[in-house]
Amino acid sequence: MLTSLDRKLVRDLTQRLGQVTMIALVVSAGVATFINSRTMLFSLENTRAAFYERHNFAHVFATLKRAPDALAERLAEIPGVQRLETRIVEAVNLDVPGLDQPAVGQIISLPVNRRPLVNQIYLRRGRWLAPGRSDEVLVIEKFVQENKLDLGDKVTAIINGRRKDLQIVGVVLSPEFVFQMKPGDMVPDAKHFGVFWMDHEALSMAFDMEGAFNHAAATLMRGASEADVIQRFDQLIDPYGGTGAYGRRDQLSHLLLESDIQGLRSTGLIAPTIFLGVAAFLLNVVLARLLSLQRDQIAALKAFGYSNFAIGWHYLKFVLLIVIVGSILGSFMGARLGYIFTEMIARVYQYPELLIQVRPSVIASAVSVAGGASILGALGAVVRAVRVPPAEAMRPEPPSSYGPTILERLGFGRFLPAVARMVLRHLERRPVKTSVSILAIGLSIGIVVVGNFIEDAIDFVLHTQFHRVQQYDMAVTSVEPLSTDVAYELANMPGVMQAQPMRTVSTRIRSGHRTRRVGLTGLPTGGDLQRLIDHHGSVYPMPPGGLVVSRKLADVLRIEVGDVLRVEVLEDKRPVLELPVVSLLDDVQGLNAYISLDELNRAMMQGPRASGVLLTVDPAKRTEVYHALKQIPKLAGVTVKDNAIESFKNTLAKNLGEMKKINLFFAIVIAVGVVYNGAQISLSERSRELATLRVIGFTRGEISAILLGELGTMTLIAIPFGIIMGYWFSAFLALFMDQEVFRFPLIIERSTFGMAVSVVLAASVVSGLIVRRELDHLDLIAVLKSRE
Amino acid sequence: MVSLARPKVSATHLVRVRQKALACNNAIMSRTATAVPPPILGETVFAARGVTKTYHMGEVDVHALRGIDMELFAGEFVVLLGPSGSGKSTLLNILGGLDVPSAGSVHYRDKELTNFDDAGLTQYRRNHVGFVFQFYNLIPSLTARENVALITDIAKNPMDPAEALALVDMTHRLDHFPAQLSGGEQQRVAIARAVAKRPDVLLCDEPTGALDVHTGILVLDAIQKINSELGTTTAVITHNAVIAEMADRVISMSDGRIHGVQVNKTKRTASELEW
Repeated sequence: MLTSLDRKLVRDLTQRLGQVTMIALVVSAGVATFINSRTMLFSLENTRAAFYERHNFAHVFATLKRAPDALAERLAEIPGVQRLETRIVEAVNLDVPGLDQPAVGQIISLPVNRRPLVNQIYLRRGRWLAPGRSDEVLVIEKFVQENKLDLGDKVTAIINGRRKDLQIVGVVLSPEFVFQMKPGDMVPDAKHFGVFWMDHEALSMAFDMEGAFNHAAATLMRGASEADVIQRFDQLIDPYGGTGAYGRRDQLSHLLLESDIQGLRSTGLIAPTIFLGVAAFLLNVVLARLLSLQRDQIAALKAFGYSNFAIGWHYLKFVLLIVIVGSILGSFMGARLGYIFTEMIARVYQYPELLIQVRPSVIASAVSVAGGASILGALGAVVRAVRVPPAEAMRPEPPSSYGPTILERLGFGRFLPAVARMVLRHLERRPVKTSVSILAIGLSIGIVVVGNFIEDAIDFVLHTQFHRVQQYDMAVTSVEPLSTDVAYELANMPGVMQAQPMRTVSTRIRSGHRTRRVGLTGLPTGGDLQRLIDHHGSVYPMPPGGLVVSRKLADVLRIEVGDVLRVEVLEDKRPVLELPVVSLLDDVQGLNAYISLDELNRAMMQGPRASGVLLTVDPAKRTEVYHALKQIPKLAGVTVKDNAIESFKNTLAKNLGEMKKINLFFAIVIAVGVVYNGAQISLSERSRELATLRVIGFTRGEISAILLGELGTMTLIAIPFGIIMGYWFSAFLALFMDQEVFRFPLIIERSTFGMAVSVVLAASVVSGLIVRRELDHLDLIAVLKSRE
Repeated sequence: MVSLARPKVSATHLVRVRQKALACNNAIMSRTATAVPPPILGETVFAARGVTKTYHMGEVDVHALRGIDMELFAGEFVVLLGPSGSGKSTLLNILGGLDVPSAGSVHYRDKELTNFDDAGLTQYRRNHVGFVFQFYNLIPSLTARENVALITDIAKNPMDPAEALALVDMTHRLDHFPAQLSGGEQQRVAIARAVAKRPDVLLCDEPTGALDVHTGILVLDAIQKINSELGTTTAVITHNAVIAEMADRVISMSDGRIHGVQVNKTKRTASELEW
């Protein structure tokens, strides 16, 4: 049964349907982004945890050259190790049916007749390997999908220099390759990088590794120290060409997943906070206006014997109804977005299934945060209004006090027309409300800017990386370091225009107690195919005389140009070098160090060697070059630059596009919410003033100028603030994303600012026009008779 | 009553019409009040013929005006007297171009107001009419001077805002905001705002309704001064019969009709009034 007061509530709400709807939308945006971001986070965490758990994903990994199987027992005995598995991991060149370009793969051995103890794989389709079959493989799902392969199809691999046909008998997933990316790549390219599992015996024979292994992985007991285990691992594997054991945080797939999850964890609540803050502000101003309009009604209610609490509760119900509507809408939206976004982000991942769950607890916290913020926003206005004694409330509110604005006090008053003074004085009289409105409009500009910034930054990164740094078309890597003559051989291949050798060795770089594992790349001095880029964005070839390292590596190691680093090479004769840093590199991915190829080879105490060759190719003869490369033994991989660009466009770019749309939508919700409500309240506060002006001869256009002038002024002031906020948001985000895995340069195109400003201006104009229409229905006569 | 409505009426013709009408009115008055000779009056400013106004309030029709014939002459001070609901405000709103009649015609000089569209009425209010309201309706964010300047900025041949405020004795409070002024002072600023454009008519709707006697008299004094010094045709609505003693003519209304017009032989000044 509705009480009369409740009926009043419903009518108050329906009378302000436009405003109430806008606020409910802002609340719903807050609730939706909260639920969306938490759902994504928890779903990705749960999915990963479940997959890792069920498939015994290792905690510690070690790569070495070749160790006898007997070493496995000693590794397994290391205190803290729970389960250990040794295996053979080899890189191979692939010839995939239907694929012109060369592809590369990693072949991993699977124990015969049992499941591996760690890093177990999940069989999606087909069957496990039949014992003793040396031509059967299990293949990772993405590679199969991307190349449109199927069970029973054959892929040719160049194993130890020999071509071998491998038949796909099962399609699998692995916790080690949830994010399937070739080391050194910028973007996942599953089409040209496959992971295969093969019978251990067959693989050991093919690579002459009988009775030996080159890779170990172990899970740890609860409470075991990873650092201790790694240290003991290193002691044992060092003599066997170990390149240093590492934990999950250096495992490529895990590292990339973690960086996505970390991003959600740290930045996920920024958007909901903004929305709920704006909603609280809007509720405050709308309610304050309602209460001031109903001042005499409150007085009458009090006179009839309603308590302060009853009246306060009545108005809080006004707020709560809006929050409830916004929350219901937001919960549905959030749950839906949670599914869409989790699936979208997970498009690049490979899990047996995504465990997406919209937790009731997440919805509950979203709704309570929304309710709490809204009540906080409204409470001040309600308390102020109910406190007024009834007799005082019966009298009209005293006329609002105004004073000259700061502009006038500074002596600029005479340049201002009367209308401008009205607008400015009105704005200055409520500095908090005006500032928050400006802030909120600015925020919506900021949101659009930051949404586009990511795209700008990635465009910049891609342009820099693919068009300025990488001047080659293909990078060819070899299994073993080869004589640099290979480069000349390749250079003489038909279709190849330029060839430049390079070499990468794994190292551990130290400065004091700080240390990082880094691939040290040797480039020919003055070589032009792979250039370096500094923080001014200028590119230059490799200089002689020392190391060029990533700026991030310098940050991590706390070093500067001129400092000397200790570089422990983890290959061959394992020399330890002391090298000065000659320059810093503003690259965007990973921690990198470069040195001149000659110096590297001298330091390795070897003649001219290369582990890879960079090529530029005559576009017309690409296919021939691909074909020729497929025939060359001992090549571990070919990376084609165009494939990377295309793969990027198919994955990340799509996701970014979707996110941009959502961002834009939310920014418009805020801008319209703030401007529309501001205009409505302005109209309500000033309808009498505006009607008076109409009566004494002002035209509709002239009074619109006053009403819209106020909004226009706020919007115009908000624009520079919004641009600055957008810049700082982006800077903040760039700082947040300044990770060892990937970094965003702070690049914001002018067009981004332009678009953000236009979107918000358009939203303001539309809101203004809607309210402007109401001006035409001002009751000129009523205003003469009424007092406010 | 003789019907004198014409589609187009020239100014000279109106003067004759006016004399006839006056004679007619006097004839009626002679039955209800003491007959007095008319004062020396100028040409006709307003002529209303058969004006009715019906408001549709939901299901009910409210007849605010039930056939009004009247004139206002240049330079005169008229009081529209009547109880609330008698239709006097509706009539004033129609004369001021704020409202349109349901039937009948209203002429302002040689123009028919009833033919004006919204933009035309706005221009009419802007250039010819000065309004004074019961609740002053000043713009709170503008000072006294600026409230007046609001009008002088858009009028064709305005006086200086300070000059207008001097007319109402507000020279000492030029730069005060409404919140810093008393009710009487606010109303005087409102009068200055109304007259600064040198309007042809000054229409005042219960100008003293919200004021005490003392300040009310100051306000009426200001209005009277405007009327006598500038010669602005002035119509004041009131339900206070005492105020009628200031007028050249008093038009009494009740129930949407004019039931009497009285010509005051001797006008009293505002300061002589008491209520």
